[in-house]
Amino acid sequence: MEVVATPPRTPLWRNVRFRRVLGQVLFMVLVLFLVREVSFNLQFNTAARRQGLGFGFLDSQAGFAISDTPIEYSSTNPVSRAFQVGFWNTIRVAGLGIVLTTILGLLLGIARLSPNWLVRKLSQGYVDLIRNTPVAVQVVFWWSAIFLALPRIQESVSIFDVAYVSNRSTVLPWFRLEEGGGIWMLSLAAGLLGAALLWRWRSHVNERTGEPHHRVLWSTSALLAVAALGFFVSGTPMEADVPDLLGRNYLGGVRLSSEFAALLIALVIYTAAFIAEIVRGSIQAISRGQHEAAEALGLRRGQQLRFVILPQALRIAIPAINSQYLNLMKNSSLGVLIGFYELTRVSKSIITGRGNNLQVLLMTMGVYLAISLTISLFMNLINRAVTTRGVR
Amino acid sequence: MRVRIWKVATFAALFALVLGACTREETPPADQGDGQAEEAQPAASLLDEVLDRGTVRCGINNTVPGFGFESAEGTIEGFDIDHCVALAAALFGTDAPEEGTHYELIPIDADNRFSALRGGEYDVLIRNTTWTSSRDGTEGVQFTKVNFYDGQAMVVPSADASSIDDLDGASICVTAGTTTELNLADYFGEQGLDFEPLTLEDYDQIFQAFSAGRCDAVTGDRSALAGLAPTWSEEIGELTILEDVMSKEPLGPGVLEGDADWADVVFWVTNGLVLAEELGVTQGNVADEISDPSTPGVAALLGTPFAADEEVNVAHGLEIDDTFMQNAIAAVGNYGEIFDRHLGPGTDIGLERGLNALWTDGGLQYAVPFR
Repeated sequence: MEVVATPPRTPLWRNVRFRRVLGQVLFMVLVLFLVREVSFNLQFNTAARRQGLGFGFLDSQAGFAISDTPIEYSSTNPVSRAFQVGFWNTIRVAGLGIVLTTILGLLLGIARLSPNWLVRKLSQGYVDLIRNTPVAVQVVFWWSAIFLALPRIQESVSIFDVAYVSNRSTVLPWFRLEEGGGIWMLSLAAGLLGAALLWRWRSHVNERTGEPHHRVLWSTSALLAVAALGFFVSGTPMEADVPDLLGRNYLGGVRLSSEFAALLIALVIYTAAFIAEIVRGSIQAISRGQHEAAEALGLRRGQQLRFVILPQALRIAIPAINSQYLNLMKNSSLGVLIGFYELTRVSKSIITGRGNNLQVLLMTMGVYLAISLTISLFMNLINRAVTTRGVR
Repeated sequence: MRVRIWKVATFAALFALVLGACTREETPPADQGDGQAEEAQPAASLLDEVLDRGTVRCGINNTVPGFGFESAEGTIEGFDIDHCVALAAALFGTDAPEEGTHYELIPIDADNRFSALRGGEYDVLIRNTTWTSSRDGTEGVQFTKVNFYDGQAMVVPSADASSIDDLDGASICVTAGTTTELNLADYFGEQGLDFEPLTLEDYDQIFQAFSAGRCDAVTGDRSALAGLAPTWSEEIGELTILEDVMSKEPLGPGVLEGDADWADVVFWVTNGLVLAEELGVTQGNVADEISDPSTPGVAALLGTPFAADEEVNVAHGLEIDDTFMQNAIAAVGNYGEIFDRHLGPGTDIGLERGLNALWTDGGLQYAVPFR
């Protein structure tokens, strides 16, 4: 019979697993305790000063006016409506900003690696200057030094008598949808669908037979044809809306206030400098072999970039560019410095005279968080889509 | 072994919960009765704290000429500043209070003044602040006495407009974080006029926009505009402050709610300055009045006996000496003198007493008696 020796049991206080678990439990207890202390402190102090922690203020009258608003708003609307105005203004800046800064950043990044000495040096100078100055200073600079220096509204510069530029705003002609506009929209939708189907068909043909697909040509001409047809069939439902000076303001057209323009331009230029560096870095990360192979195939420099280098480079760049988009969106809160009514500016106006800083600021942060997470989600989907394709 | 570990973990979690439940009872309930909240406040009252410290900290403005303005040399002077100096003189029994020793001037902007007060960054807010119900309520400020009856007004270039109706659809600059924004919307709504607000951080930024023509008019307290208009008109040309009174703006010192003693002291010092003017006690004659008061009223104000062998006939019960007004008046003078020094017709601002005249002259300044 064999004697199987059982290893001696380690006492509890020397048992490594136990100590780890105990450590974690104690830490959790400490955290919970701190959270409880802070929330009690908060409750006590706000109760002692008779300030509520509720959200009832959202239904009270806002009491302040907003000049640059994408939706209908008046000072008698509830606070929740004011919040919406702030939200949409932030989206306006962030949305346009992201599109423009990507284009500018991409061009600048490529310019940084240009064989042309002047182009290379200019873009390097741009990046160095913009990256190394604070964004808040740049926003105020654009507003006070550039936009305020434009002529007064009574002396606006007119562009072919249909657009006017002044230090208050830039008004551009826009169109107005008349009756029949709905039908035209439907025909446009149908046109888009048709264009998408044509795109797929031509790509399919190209894969099967090797015939050049010319899919861009096919799709766009189909779309334009349907749009034009629909336009005339529904009775030309588009009217030009030309701005006209009435007293101190222009009626009609679309108005871009100086504050909006200054904030947008400052943010686009600032973020583009960072995106340029990211793009440059990711292009340089592509191995020399790829450049040489593309050259050996006889592709011109532009074609090399477009077909070989950039598709690989941009895949690498996507996560970094995502952070820059988030930065741009959050930097839109600098609208506070120039009186642009984006979300942060609106929250400050709401706090005036109400004193419920905590709830309002928490709501504001919550909205920024939600927007950031949405942008990141979208970018991650793109990232996943292109990475998978690359791996395959 | 695994079972043992989970037993320990469960025990620890339960222990934490029990600890939480027990300590919950100990936290002072904040809604029970009015006296409770004050007693539960940390440490002694604010008045005791200030007296112990030997310095009173005043939250002030340093950008409004006449009220609180930082000169090129770096000294801050104004109507509100003098009230802070008077308070320091009264609290610490000195007729020449020194900045840094007896009082500290803490510039604070409009957006943060109330959170800073609640946070204890200063003891009293004397910053051309309007007394409103929401500030009394949700903001947690206790106002004491109105030291300046003001109203909201609008300033325009004289060439552009002569009445408020000319400003229909105009772009109007206003400072952020003030009641001005809200009053503007209300007033224009009542008049049935449209406008576009441009809300900027402070008067310096507003001046930039106004001189560039970005906004057609600027709105703010009449006293502030009167102070700024002379300098502004050098750049912009002649300016008119329109007659319209867009709102009532009673300005006065404020303290944090909950300390009645401190609020009382601030009130009585401010009130005493007005009473001094009513009784004719000035910085020049206060020394004489102390040794030989001309009337019982003056004696009560200065905390001296009226007749040589009498006792002082007023016991305030405030924690400071009954002679507190002696030093306050010796330091800055009475209300009228303070007004004339910083805001009166002899200064650049050139305001008439108007609503701020004594009640006997048709104004609203009325002192509560010392008795």
